[in-house]
Amino acid sequence: MRKLFIIAALLAAAGARAETPRDFLTRFEKEAGSAASAERGARFFNSKQGGEWSCASCHTDKPTQAGRHARTDKPIAALAPVANAERFTDAAKVDKWFRRNCNDTVNRLCSAQEKADVMAWLLTLK
Amino acid sequence: MKRLIATALLLFAVSAHADNYRLPKHGAFEEECASCHMAFPPQMLHADSWRAMMGDLAHHFGSDASLDEKRRAAITDFLVTHAGGRKTGTTRDASGKPLLRITETARFERKHREIAAATWKRASIKSPVNCTACHRQAAAGDYSERSINIPK
Repeated sequence: MRKLFIIAALLAAAGARAETPRDFLTRFEKEAGSAASAERGARFFNSKQGGEWSCASCHTDKPTQAGRHARTDKPIAALAPVANAERFTDAAKVDKWFRRNCNDTVNRLCSAQEKADVMAWLLTLK
Repeated sequence: MKRLIATALLLFAVSAHADNYRLPKHGAFEEECASCHMAFPPQMLHADSWRAMMGDLAHHFGSDASLDEKRRAAITDFLVTHAGGRKTGTTRDASGKPLLRITETARFERKHREIAAATWKRASIKSPVNCTACHRQAAAGDYSERSINIPK
């Protein structure tokens, strides 16, 4: 019985950690209640939305390459999952950075649809 | 003579120590604070300044740097524990408000008095936030005179 419990706990832990970029796309689409559009995501990512910066201000318009912080110039590792396997694998990090960076670029939290669109676009990058 | 040498050695040791900001690694501090800029040494601001800064991370120099409460508290603890003492002095402005920018502290201004405004703006430096541009070992906490190399 004890062994069974340990196995179950291990499985649960592995399940919690096994997030992939696609999982986030699925989650955001579900929250939005409609399919994502990579084309809309590209437009959102690359244009200013009322704030001083767009996503591309730091991540560049080719997020398969490294970017630089628009104010401090600190290098930022590539955002696109194809170029950086660490991206979009941890829900706490994903939620933290969407919260912060949406406040910095659109001056509010992003909608689930906007997040789904950006995820869809990032996943099309090769 | 012997006493003079001893005094000279002591002064040298003290001044070398004054530019040493090495600290034990702190995972959350490194991860959270060094995402957008280098992890500035806690010793460079007074504890009051760190408390004020960590109390409003959602408005962090124009950016949202908000954290979950557990991490915020842990990092505040680390900063306050290692905050500047006598060497840093008080880091408050004339009206008594805690300064939030290291670059506005008396020590920073005194230490960088010889740096011309145009030098700060060089493409290789860009801004005073970029310590490592000139203090090549800054990431390791070494701000000593001998590791300074001001790029053209």
